Amino acid sequence: MDLKTLLQYEWGIMTPEFTILGVATILSLIDLFMPDEKDRRLLGWFAFAGVIVALISLVGLLPVEVTSILEDTFRLDSFAKAFKFILLAGAACVILLSMDYQPAEGMPYRGEFYYLFLAALLGAMMMTSSGDLITMFVGLELLSISSYILVGLRKKYVPSNESAMKYVINGGISTAITLFGMSYIFGLTGTTNLKAIAGQLSTVIDMGQQYLLALALLMLFVGLSFKLASAPFHMWAPDVYQGAPTPVTAFLSVVSKTAGFVIVLRLMIYIFAGTPAEGTNSASMLLSMQDYIAFLAGATMIIGNTIALRQRNVKRMFAYSSIAHAGYLLVGFVTMSMFIIDSIWFYLVAYLLMNLGAFAILQVIADKSGSEDISQFAGLYRRSPLVAVAMGIFILSLAGIPGTAGFIGKVNIFLGAFVTEPAHYVLAAVMIATTVISYVYYFGILTQMFFRPAAEQTPVKLPLGVMMVVIFCAIGTIVFGVVPSIVYDFLNQFEHFGDFFS
Amino acid sequence: MMDQTYFLSLLVFSPLLGIIALAFVPKEQEQMIKLIGFLATLPSLFFALLAFVQYLSGYDINSLAEKRNWIHFGKFAFLNKNTFTVDYELGIDGFALVMIVLTTILATLAAVASIHIKKEWKGYFMLFLLLEIGMLGVFAAENLVLFFIFFEITLIPMFFLIGKWGYFEKEKAAYSYLIYNGIGSAILLLVILILFARTGTSNVALLKEIFNDPAAQAQMMAPISEDLRYGLLIALLVAFGVKLPIVPLHSWMLRVHVQAPPSIVMLHSGVLLKIGAFGLIRFGLGLFPEEFRDLATFIAILGVINLLYGAFLAFIQNDFKMVLAYSSISHMGIVLIGLGALNEAGIQGAIFQVVSHGLISALLFFLVGVLYERVNTTMIDKLGGLAKAMPLTAGFLLAGAMASLGLPGMSGFVSEFTAFLGLFAAKPLIAAIGALGIIMTAVYLLRAVLTVTYGNANRDYAGVMDIRLVEAIPVLLLVALIVLIGVYPNILAEPLQATLEMIMNGLGG
Repeated sequence: MDLKTLLQYEWGIMTPEFTILGVATILSLIDLFMPDEKDRRLLGWFAFAGVIVALISLVGLLPVEVTSILEDTFRLDSFAKAFKFILLAGAACVILLSMDYQPAEGMPYRGEFYYLFLAALLGAMMMTSSGDLITMFVGLELLSISSYILVGLRKKYVPSNESAMKYVINGGISTAITLFGMSYIFGLTGTTNLKAIAGQLSTVIDMGQQYLLALALLMLFVGLSFKLASAPFHMWAPDVYQGAPTPVTAFLSVVSKTAGFVIVLRLMIYIFAGTPAEGTNSASMLLSMQDYIAFLAGATMIIGNTIALRQRNVKRMFAYSSIAHAGYLLVGFVTMSMFIIDSIWFYLVAYLLMNLGAFAILQVIADKSGSEDISQFAGLYRRSPLVAVAMGIFILSLAGIPGTAGFIGKVNIFLGAFVTEPAHYVLAAVMIATTVISYVYYFGILTQMFFRPAAEQTPVKLPLGVMMVVIFCAIGTIVFGVVPSIVYDFLNQFEHFGDFFS
Repeated sequence: MMDQTYFLSLLVFSPLLGIIALAFVPKEQEQMIKLIGFLATLPSLFFALLAFVQYLSGYDINSLAEKRNWIHFGKFAFLNKNTFTVDYELGIDGFALVMIVLTTILATLAAVASIHIKKEWKGYFMLFLLLEIGMLGVFAAENLVLFFIFFEITLIPMFFLIGKWGYFEKEKAAYSYLIYNGIGSAILLLVILILFARTGTSNVALLKEIFNDPAAQAQMMAPISEDLRYGLLIALLVAFGVKLPIVPLHSWMLRVHVQAPPSIVMLHSGVLLKIGAFGLIRFGLGLFPEEFRDLATFIAILGVINLLYGAFLAFIQNDFKMVLAYSSISHMGIVLIGLGALNEAGIQGAIFQVVSHGLISALLFFLVGVLYERVNTTMIDKLGGLAKAMPLTAGFLLAGAMASLGLPGMSGFVSEFTAFLGLFAAKPLIAAIGALGIIMTAVYLLRAVLTVTYGNANRDYAGVMDIRLVEAIPVLLLVALIVLIGVYPNILAEPLQATLEMIMNGLGG
């Protein structure tokens, strides 16, 4: 490849990525040369502005047709566009939260927050657009390694160190498994390009090596379930969520999870949805493995929702809640209906709004009291009625009560489960039953906020950044719940991601 | 009549005005808040009565229907453009209108009963009005998804109203309410979404059409087999059975009756339980008439069990609220009995019972509120001899009990008589066993009420005031309505005629 071909590529489609990369680089340099005693909050606004610029440039890219550059390693299709919106919006909120993060022992390394968030975001965005196993893996690693550091950023706080350690080890294992799965695929097809792989696979099947391929599928899925925080790789979530700085927890539960679903959808649909499991006319590989993934989805929902019942630490409770939501999202994936990407996208948007909103309020309350115990929410309605009502909205949405975005998201996933023939009654029944179980712990927080007397009477004041996040998320949760057609109209321009394979 | 296309929306959402107004009132202004809370229930009442009067004088109620585009799940090129849409569509028939009138009347009276609320009036009335929106919407919704959304809107305010303003074990009662009804709604949601996903629509009228038309069924997204239909009907029976409640699913409702503030129990017992009956008739009977016919005997037996179980347990209760709670279970048995009869008289009796019991239980719980306010207990053995200290209250209590046990000339008699008439015609044996329940009703109600009013005075009633004027007006109004339906049942029978005919057509004559 010479310079001429390199210059011929339409680099414009990478504008959002370049923006993030540029801002992250500049920030890391500024942070290096800035005197230690200077307040680094300004850097946060700079990072926030960078994300917003990237968002705007992404809007500019909306009308662009499917383009792929660099030998198909980077592609901009509707799938990439749609999911980058979630990633960027999530990262913008998380950066706002991190500016106002005030742990008890102080936060001397605030600058790292911003450029590490941006680096992780960049990794996630690369995964979204990737058309090649190599770039996909590099994106995954960029996201993972940045997150490992972020989790341990509270240097003088033992649980933070502990959770970073756990996260690295678990992450390492899962990455190894993912890579092992990828190596099978490379071994069977001799290429890392997704499109070429999909083309080669029919010959693999003809050679009678479908069992190796099935093994590769399971290995990839199991390895990637780490990012989703779903069974069998969910055990890290509670410890890491609890020990990590709250904005990082929010990042892991929203942006990192979204990235996980992005790579699962990309890989699974691209490689396995079109490949027949047995002969030429049999059901696809993915469909034939459906039951196994359905089992994992069911287990995820049950584990997340039942263990959450016993948690008193709210961050830990939200960790299990986030496991449960990964399970709901997997239901949307496993049913493989015509709603597959639409319903996952909508649910991720709803989840971003309700979960980040809840984490924003949780962060302020935990910072103020130095404890994440559920009793810190007692009497919040008396102390600050509006904050309590906002938190109530997020909780109701997480529980899937009508009038909120969470409800519409669940309805769409259920529609997918019932529209196929045969319908997934068992999985849907597990999902609805665990949803009812989740009422108990979600309403436990509501009980604290609205029924219990407060230990102290001082009102909870939200700092500017947190306030912005809370208002944005609360409005979004309600509006998308009451007039979901706004989201669906936006989604319709992607025409159900029909250009996924082109 | 005013601009009709917004009429039902105004009817359903006008309590919202009250919520907004309340948001601007300082929370210490007790009188002001109570006044706004009361006034905010009036527009709905006015609209409902207006529609009712117009309907009786021959106005075509179907022209009130509204329809606006709302949600479109996934626009697929290969699908009909209306598939997977959920519209915002409201519409009422005679049955729904009667329920709406009942709701608005009880809501206004419950707002009056809320004068006994002691704390945080602002939050109370905001939730109260939200609850009213939910209840009205349930009856006006034309499609299943919208129905479900309104159905759930009643769930959340009720949780807070019980958990915050109730008595000693309020939080336990609130949780029990939440979990039981959560499971009920979860099952209901599954049924609704299975229908929606497989047919592509959730509009009740369209669903009926599809089920009656084999050609339309061939065009569905995915088939609905015979077994699935039975499954769906049984799921509906369970979902609404939690609400009604049908006997093994009733324990939450006892807690709510005892622990929730009386003004809320008026609505709970008067309207919310009736949503179960409404749903069973509207969707169970409306969508699956064939399957319902096969299950009719089973439903009639469930009804008799409800009737007898409630009646026998009511007999041994010491808490007057518990007597009334079991009495509610017993009376809801009559609704099931009427439905199980599956003939015109039976179904008419069931609907009559829904309305009549709504009024009667509201009356009795209003009086419980009045009583508790003055003597701080509802235990029967601690009351007694009330007739001397509070002659008027005691008199009203007796009137309520008489209506409840089915004294001729009051609404309870009409509904129970018609329901049993239906069942005797269809299934005489079950009806004969069920008739025992009627006797038991008289026994337990008279035991409870007579002990309270004429029994030995176990306490000093010095300084206990009788019912005040502001409290007496709602009571008189309720008694008047009960007697009105009792002497002139046509006031109900006429508006229900069209609905009944439609149900009977669905059943095949």
